Amino acid sequence: MLSVPAKAALRSSATTTSALPKHALRSLTTSAATQAPPQDGQQQKRSMATVQDAPPVHRQRGLKDQDRIFQNLYGHHGTDLKSAQKYGDWHKTKEILDKGHDWLISEVKASGLRGRGGAGFPSGMKWSFMNFKDWEKDTKPRYLVINADEGEPGTCKDREIMRKDPHKLIEGCLIAGRAMNCTAAYIYIRGEFYHEATVLQRAIQEAYKAGLIGKNACNSGYDFDIYVHRGMGAYVCGEETSLIESLEGKPGKPRLKPPFPAAVGLFGCPSTVTNVETVAVAPTIIRRGASWFNSFGRERNAGTKLYCISGHVNSPCTVEEEMSIPLRELIDKHAGGVVGGWDNLKAIIPGGSSTPILPKSICDDQLMDFDALKDSQSGLGTAAVIVMDKSTDVVRAISRLSKFYHHESCGQCTPCREGSKWTEQIMRRFENGTARAREIDMMQELTKQVEGHTICALGEAFAWPIQGLIRHFRPELEARIAAHAQRAGGEALAGGWQHDAGKHGMLISPGQ
Amino acid sequence: MASKFAPRAFRSSTRALRSSTRQPRQSFHLSAVQKSSSLNVHRDTPENNLSIPFKFSQQNEKLIQEVLSRYPSQYKKAAVMPLLDLGQRQHGFTSISVMNEVARLLEMPPMRVYEVATFYTMYNRNPVGRFHVQCCTTTPCQLKGSDGIMKAIEEQLGIHHGETTPDKMFTFTEVECLGACANAPMVQINDDFYEDLTPETTKSLLKSLAEAAEKTGASGMAPGLSGDYGKDQVSGQSSGRQEKAGGPGYAAQGTSLPAPGPLSKRISCEPAHKLTSLTSEPPTGEQIMRKDGAF
Repeated sequence: MLSVPAKAALRSSATTTSALPKHALRSLTTSAATQAPPQDGQQQKRSMATVQDAPPVHRQRGLKDQDRIFQNLYGHHGTDLKSAQKYGDWHKTKEILDKGHDWLISEVKASGLRGRGGAGFPSGMKWSFMNFKDWEKDTKPRYLVINADEGEPGTCKDREIMRKDPHKLIEGCLIAGRAMNCTAAYIYIRGEFYHEATVLQRAIQEAYKAGLIGKNACNSGYDFDIYVHRGMGAYVCGEETSLIESLEGKPGKPRLKPPFPAAVGLFGCPSTVTNVETVAVAPTIIRRGASWFNSFGRERNAGTKLYCISGHVNSPCTVEEEMSIPLRELIDKHAGGVVGGWDNLKAIIPGGSSTPILPKSICDDQLMDFDALKDSQSGLGTAAVIVMDKSTDVVRAISRLSKFYHHESCGQCTPCREGSKWTEQIMRRFENGTARAREIDMMQELTKQVEGHTICALGEAFAWPIQGLIRHFRPELEARIAAHAQRAGGEALAGGWQHDAGKHGMLISPGQ
Repeated sequence: MASKFAPRAFRSSTRALRSSTRQPRQSFHLSAVQKSSSLNVHRDTPENNLSIPFKFSQQNEKLIQEVLSRYPSQYKKAAVMPLLDLGQRQHGFTSISVMNEVARLLEMPPMRVYEVATFYTMYNRNPVGRFHVQCCTTTPCQLKGSDGIMKAIEEQLGIHHGETTPDKMFTFTEVECLGACANAPMVQINDDFYEDLTPETTKSLLKSLAEAAEKTGASGMAPGLSGDYGKDQVSGQSSGRQEKAGGPGYAAQGTSLPAPGPLSKRISCEPAHKLTSLTSEPPTGEQIMRKDGAF
């Protein structure tokens, strides 16, 4: 059934058929068939072909200070146990633990918490995988692994949690560990965060001394240990299976899944890897109630979130805000606006380096949550907003990311090891224009062939920013190539050779 | 016979002619020695070879026992990363002897240790200077002007990234994102993050480090090589300034080092102009507790 405006659009498209090229007609008719034509001023959005979801309901606006979870985000209070207890940590933890794992997990499920590490997997469901059938009969130890290997460019939220609110993380480990019936937690913290590891270790010792963790934690009869393990500088160890490999004392190369870590994980035992923020918010959710947490943000994107705003804003910062806050409001309210005003904006990377870049036209009315950003063909990722103003060389910015991924590829799967190198080389040529226009399509194809053909998501991580660049800034790439062609007197040959390289006796590939 | 012989003579004569016109020999090309950790094989050097003994100090022996207790006893090798790190801190860099000693302690094949040491970028398998200056140049820092910081460091130290100063005091490396993007641009010097930099503050920071080293008589190369390893040996007191989130600064023997953390007016990651959140008193545990009677 087509709606009336859709029919009208179809009719109008049919009348203009002769004037339009073929592909334009196709796009017109399909868009008219799947959804109503755009209202004026509103951007046309495509969604899934099969499921017609109603847009998520937005509930609350304007997060108050009382509702912020990380009260010590700016280091106004101490990091010691006493200060942490002052603003509510470790309050009635025994009663929480006594509720048992089923209640805890149902509460986390009801809160609508989604993993804060980037993929946004529902946390309650993930935690419930650990309590599979007959898990009690399994005599193996069970581990909770906290992923504090925060390496995604743009992201600096876990660092703030660990160095200012370490007790939130420790209590979170205990409660999440109780929900999953774990025996111990390992916190895998990236090696560069030396001071953060020190603060965390001190807080752990404090908690041990106070009897909050360890044997008979909080007098609940539950034994739970927490250990810190420092990484040594490998971005790929942020992937859960490679993190496990690294914890086991091997090079951090991702494992194939299945078996999933919940079945065979750290040291061959059932384990779950979760992000620092996910675990650190858990105690507050339980304490304040699932419905409190669920009252923020849109449906399916509940809660509050730490946003890291960096790049060309007047005052870069990390701030806790509710989910689904409009991007523009977030930047104007907390980061002092874009340098030179909103109109000076060129593009934004909304969720850390691996999410595709968005041009200003999309950023104008973009909501910051998992679903809204997915609809814009990007992602929330770790909510690391990288702002670029008009002065930015956006090609160089993405080219630098390609270099980053080339550096960080672990070298295990061929598409990623070779692809990341090629894309870096091609991006560098795009940067100074020594490329051919058709190489843009080649690049698109190359990234498409890497996507989904690697063990871990690093393949996608380096493919998506480039796809985003081609999607939104193709004219810029073409202009750069054309400018170089004009400067040098001809378009560069494939591989970046100058157009007259053959004449100078250089060996260029045949057929050019 | 001659007819058979002549063509060959003819051919060879032209070959001789041709070869004489050609350049006599391709020039022997030697690429620059790479000082970064990118080389994945070990090459014996005077400061890094198998005949240099390495043993953990008594203090570190105790730490090793503590580290080993964190992992299941049958998975001793999980401690390889912390142990290599300890070794690096003691010796100054992860030499082949450090790796072998760790392999011996953990009863694992040396090759497994080499694999780990070459995979992770924070193991310096070549000697580094006393101050290892690592400048982040990934996109968020780049947007905020890390090019200027790189240039400032190069100008101040007189070396390019990947090199060590002749007095072995500074090693300069370009690194990937260090996770302080809201405080970009930043450098990491040994374990400390210095954030919110400008070219000027970068230069003065490096200057004060060099001065401090000169005044205290510290020699070049990382601590281990000169015999006084470990930060615990630095005698000094807090500089008395407001403590930043990165740790205290040092003031000793007439020198003063800035506290790690932002070198601007900020304390950590808060917005610079004014606080936009967390301005009121935090609620207590009693106040936030749910009212539905679950507890």
